[in-house]
Amino acid sequence: MTSLDQTRARPAAGGLSLAVLAPWLMAALFLAIMPFVFTDNSAITIMNQMAITIIFALAYNMLLGQGGMLSFGHAVYMGLGGFMCVHIMNWMEDGLITMPLPLLPLFGGFFGLGFAMLIGSFSTRKAGTVFAMISLGVGELIAACSVIVVVFFGGEEGVSGDRTYGIPVFGFEFLHQIEVYYLTAFWLMLSAALMYLFSRTPVGRMANAVRDNPERAEFLGYSQRWVRYYSFCASGFFAGIAGGLFAINYEILTEENLNLATSGMILLVTFLGGVGFFFGPIIGAIVFTLLATVLKLHTELWQLYVGAIFVATVMFFPGGLAGLLAMHVAPWRLGKMGVLVKPYLTTLLPGVIGGLGLAGATEMLFHAREAATGDEAMGLFFMEVSSHSPVAWAAVLAVTAAGFWLARRGAPGLKAAWDEANTAPGGRR
Amino acid sequence: MSAALELEGLRKSFGKAEIIRGVDLSIGRAERHAIIGPNGAGKSTLFNLITGRFPKTSGAIRLHGKDLTGLAPFEINRLGLSRSFQITNIFPKMSVFENVRCALLWAQGHRYSFWSLVSRSRELNEGAEEILEQINLTARRDLPAGVLSYAEQRALEIGITIAGGADVIMLDEPTAGMSHSETDYIVDLIREVTKGKTLVMVEHDMGVVFGLADRISVLVYGEIIATGTPEAVRANPKVQEAYLGAALEAEH
Repeated sequence: MTSLDQTRARPAAGGLSLAVLAPWLMAALFLAIMPFVFTDNSAITIMNQMAITIIFALAYNMLLGQGGMLSFGHAVYMGLGGFMCVHIMNWMEDGLITMPLPLLPLFGGFFGLGFAMLIGSFSTRKAGTVFAMISLGVGELIAACSVIVVVFFGGEEGVSGDRTYGIPVFGFEFLHQIEVYYLTAFWLMLSAALMYLFSRTPVGRMANAVRDNPERAEFLGYSQRWVRYYSFCASGFFAGIAGGLFAINYEILTEENLNLATSGMILLVTFLGGVGFFFGPIIGAIVFTLLATVLKLHTELWQLYVGAIFVATVMFFPGGLAGLLAMHVAPWRLGKMGVLVKPYLTTLLPGVIGGLGLAGATEMLFHAREAATGDEAMGLFFMEVSSHSPVAWAAVLAVTAAGFWLARRGAPGLKAAWDEANTAPGGRR
Repeated sequence: MSAALELEGLRKSFGKAEIIRGVDLSIGRAERHAIIGPNGAGKSTLFNLITGRFPKTSGAIRLHGKDLTGLAPFEINRLGLSRSFQITNIFPKMSVFENVRCALLWAQGHRYSFWSLVSRSRELNEGAEEILEQINLTARRDLPAGVLSYAEQRALEIGITIAGGADVIMLDEPTAGMSHSETDYIVDLIREVTKGKTLVMVEHDMGVVFGLADRISVLVYGEIIATGTPEAVRANPKVQEAYLGAALEAEH
């Protein structure tokens, strides 16, 4: 442990400063006051879901963004951690063990870590396609086990438990959603901070190096395989914590928590948010959870829209939403954000309206085809319209066409404004 | 004094084609040794064999008397041998500073540590700054390495190569594709940073070779046809015939 002694013995070169801590303190404050802004239970449930997805997405990005490993089976580690935690809750209910509930996610983490150590020992030998294929295979394997190893996975109905049998903490028994919210928020802050710090350790830095150029890393004395292995294990640990929180929140885990759809979802979330930045997956998880919960309440076709947004992100903004934000750092520093306001209003706004118009047309078509015969009335953007009325159809198509036409017309102006906003006075960008 | 690097009857075949056909070479400590030869002579292959990038077919490679058979590149690096590549091989998305700092991690004993923070090790950060100073890239510190100019990227690669403190440095065509002024800059840099170290380099530019090397080996079709001081090699009729005459003519 020489490195530990070295670093401790010397005064900190890059010590803690307010600039470093500010985003974290703000995030903590934000998490603390959110339940006072959105007070009803369903909002708190959505926020819990969001926090869990954030931890899972950050853990996933340790692989994808930091380590350059594309996994199609990362739900396994979250799911296994979750299943373990439900069993522990049941043991607590039976009086076999006893502990405070807030400690439970830690055991989910260790269970995820254990499995990651096992699977990673062979899956991280190679990166790229080989790694991706093994992750897919293992994901399918474990998901298939859920109907075979019934004693652990509970078969098709899964396993369920009751979270309220832990030792009360300061009198809280976690009967209410709000108590679970603060428990989840605590683990969110802790996990996010630890994952951030991991990326600043020697092995975390080398994960970036191996991602960029595995061969060069080898010629610097690091085995690319072991660097990947450490990232993989750490990622499995935090995914397990997310699983534990899921178990506490929903008190049930099923095959759905392990399968390919969930693994694909987290890839989508992480990519949507942006893999190139630590905070990318946080944005992705927030946006995705909002889409998946709020949009789901309003339309059956929500997955279609999420898919369309994902495809658009991959095609036009490979840096994800975080990349999109980061693109604006340069204009901001140059003090030229003002240049962008008008073209954004004249181009992006019509584009969004056109997109909404298209979504409206899709909804009407879906309603016209799928609703019971004679049921013509449908709600569309807070209006009551008839899915069979030619007037409504003409209106929605006209809005769509006009929106896209305006956006297309404004595009060259937007591009020019963008170039202008990225040009330093009197120089190249 | 034992040799820093020793090759004995080294052979390498790709399928039926034998690329390295029995190379014997002994490079002393703190010697600057250049390997020259026509295109396709197997110079880069020789490099790749020594550094464990390719497995050898037969023969022996010894670093400070230790046999390197079967070792992976990272294990060879840990024994004190570091190399650069013919095609620039850096971490393009990481900052220039990060590139150098990563190169210091293993050498400073950080291993696979996930319990210490890189920003809190003064030795590490000051070491990286020192290297940046040496390779003249301090001003480029925070730029992604991928956006540097070609000569700067080559300088960075040399920085990464020497950062770990390896005592045997292998450079594969460090001045390839450079202008005259850039070449001069890199040669000065190489001379500066390899002081007291063993340098093995492949180079096409005869000006660089004769200016820098203590000894030269001429590799032709996988065999070393001559080894010696620059003067001896230049005067060797076999070398004149096989390679150098044409190469020196092309220079003028």
